[in-house]
Amino acid sequence: MDFEDTPEEAAFREQVRQWIHTNAPTQASGGDVLGERGGGEWFRQQRAWQAKKAEAGYAKITWPKEFGGLGGTPIQQVIFNQEEARGGIGGNTPFAIGLGMCIPTLMAYCGKEILGRYVKPALYGEEIWCQLFSEPAGGSDVAGLRTRAERDGQDWIVNGQKIWTTGAQFSDYGLLLTRTDFNAPKHKGLTMFYLSMKSAGVEVKPIRQASGASGFNEVFFSDVRIPDSQRVGEIGQGWQVALTTLMHERLAVGGGQGGGLDVPQLLALARELELEDGPAIRNASVREKIADWYVRSAGLKYTTYRTMTALSRGQQPGPEASIAKLVVAAKLQELSAFALELEGEAGALKGADAPMHGAFQMGWMAAPGLRIAGGTDEILRNVIAERVLGLPQDVRLDKDVPFNQLPSGR
Amino acid sequence: MNFDFSDEQKMLREQARKFLSGKRTTQSARRILEGTGGYDRELWKDVAEMGWLGTAIPEAYGGLGLGPLELCVIAEEMGRALAPLPFSSTVYLFTEAVLLAATEGQKRKYLPSLARGELIGTFARVERAGAAAPKSIRTSFRSGKLSGRKIAVSDGMDADVGVVLARSGDEPGERGLCLAIADLSGAGVSRRVEDSIDPSRKHAEITFDGAPAEPLGAPGEGWRIAATVLDRAAVLTAFEQIGGADVCLATATEYAKTRYAFARPIGSYQAIKHKLADMYVNNELARSNAYYGAWALHTASAELPLAAAAARVSATQAFDYAAKEMIQIHGGIGFTWEADCHLFYRRSRELALGLGAQRSWKDRVVSELETRNTA
Repeated sequence: MDFEDTPEEAAFREQVRQWIHTNAPTQASGGDVLGERGGGEWFRQQRAWQAKKAEAGYAKITWPKEFGGLGGTPIQQVIFNQEEARGGIGGNTPFAIGLGMCIPTLMAYCGKEILGRYVKPALYGEEIWCQLFSEPAGGSDVAGLRTRAERDGQDWIVNGQKIWTTGAQFSDYGLLLTRTDFNAPKHKGLTMFYLSMKSAGVEVKPIRQASGASGFNEVFFSDVRIPDSQRVGEIGQGWQVALTTLMHERLAVGGGQGGGLDVPQLLALARELELEDGPAIRNASVREKIADWYVRSAGLKYTTYRTMTALSRGQQPGPEASIAKLVVAAKLQELSAFALELEGEAGALKGADAPMHGAFQMGWMAAPGLRIAGGTDEILRNVIAERVLGLPQDVRLDKDVPFNQLPSGR
Repeated sequence: MNFDFSDEQKMLREQARKFLSGKRTTQSARRILEGTGGYDRELWKDVAEMGWLGTAIPEAYGGLGLGPLELCVIAEEMGRALAPLPFSSTVYLFTEAVLLAATEGQKRKYLPSLARGELIGTFARVERAGAAAPKSIRTSFRSGKLSGRKIAVSDGMDADVGVVLARSGDEPGERGLCLAIADLSGAGVSRRVEDSIDPSRKHAEITFDGAPAEPLGAPGEGWRIAATVLDRAAVLTAFEQIGGADVCLATATEYAKTRYAFARPIGSYQAIKHKLADMYVNNELARSNAYYGAWALHTASAELPLAAAAARVSATQAFDYAAKEMIQIHGGIGFTWEADCHLFYRRSRELALGLGAQRSWKDRVVSELETRNTA
């Protein structure tokens, strides 16, 4: 039991460290912490770095060489990510959804011609992809979506609305899940397409989140015409295709989803603040809370190490890898609320007027979104209960019933 | 990255699990709980024959000469099995204290018979309710004689020998504390069994009245050595707790799949699913923290105090939640004497308190974090 690289891993780490050192941009790219992205300059940097990585085969290490990857292992990808993070770069890029979910789905279902056209520009960061699945009527229940695609000769005509689409405002292409048969049961009437986000009839509107930030969009489709050649998978097989996409949702190994707010920051705050009976850090109830969150943070960190160990041994990571977001989101909300509590009346302030430049206020305002995005707390618990523990599904009212006869509450 | 047990260690786990599951240990724990005996003597002999008691004892002293990682593996299986044995008192506390602080002569005297299972040991620290702080220790050790009274000593009725935390000097606080090894069946020692929440491991009050004893480690070092012994035991106990918590999760999950209410398995209700999912999350976090503790033990890392405290808190929370929610998921049947749920509920609390309550270990976590952040 140790934390050491194998000799091969160490050699690879040294190789990428050298490469990053030589090639990394001089200016750190700044974070996309909780849904906010930088402006044009940030984009330019991201694209330039992506192109360099693609040129060297590092943009997608596990992809085969014919697609511009390195034909490497998952642990090599993790090592590269770690070294990027060490250099203050990488993290949540605008290319992650395209390369992590959309393009792998095309790889599973599309022919050489299409792949020849789309893979390389995505890899080099020249074309950005978004994933158009969630709808107002289909959030946790993704397959409940209502966006309609109707056949018109060699084309399909799409009408409807998507929501919570990350990056739609700067995406070139989208992977779109539609309903092509309203008479079929819910999961059987779906069909997947890809389309240009510049298509006539596509309108992207930013959503203003409760926090005031805008990291997501609504996307409206009005008589959008998509050629049948852009269909991904068979008609009516859209759900199977979507499962492929979701399966590729990469395990965020080592990903810090808490916006950099964790025990060290709380500890720093507790040292700075005075309570009724002296420094907050000397207060027993404060210490107890800090310890509670520390053991959860440390538990997650070492769970990541267990996952990496499985990858290093060429094994599939165990189900323990699925708990991270559930733990991180709840912890962020509780920890930042507690920090505000410690700040007393001044906890109601924010920005430069608040202690530590309002970091905990930002965390507290962002936390509700984190508990919902990418699977709500409740869905994640269902996933653990059903897929890990093997508990039976809830009673389903939507199986084998034509979609247009399902109750929808409206 | 190699943050896992080795294949040999996993084989040992399989072997231990298979062996213990063949011994119907839960029924045995129930017999001890309901009876006056302190432990399963048959099983103790078997365990000694397997060599487990000497897992971490060097071969020169009759042990297997394996390391703390192997002991962690066995500890987890002991926890799963709810084994009614003075294993933790003898192995994690007494043996570890001897390995840590004894003279060569003492090692030769105690370790071989500990490894053979001929000697049961324990650690007598606590004298009153509340935190076992240095100033609460009144038992004196002067001129080779112990006098004082210890309470809530795990396996204290069956232990042949005990490490005793006592006051040897006039210095206040921890500087006046020392450790001594006493023959608990010898002159000047009287003991009685105490009623406890988990009688599957008996607790004793032990009174020393000028009982002869030998020093373990230097005078004034008692508190420091005890703290290290407790750190090491905290990691091993965390594995026991995780073993227990995993059984609670598996048992409650199985019940939720087969118990029907309102014409469907209760495990199909989200209220039940989410409890079990939380149990799973707690157990995995605790396991990861315990692995880190195991690594710190294995490498004799300076991280041990933090790693041990975090492993302790995390595992205590996991077992506590798993044991109480296992009863809840079983409903009324889970609260009957006949169901095994209460055996785990009792054990979870016994292990949670045995090395000192969570509160003090949480404080330890933060104290350790503070020392790291001042640099």
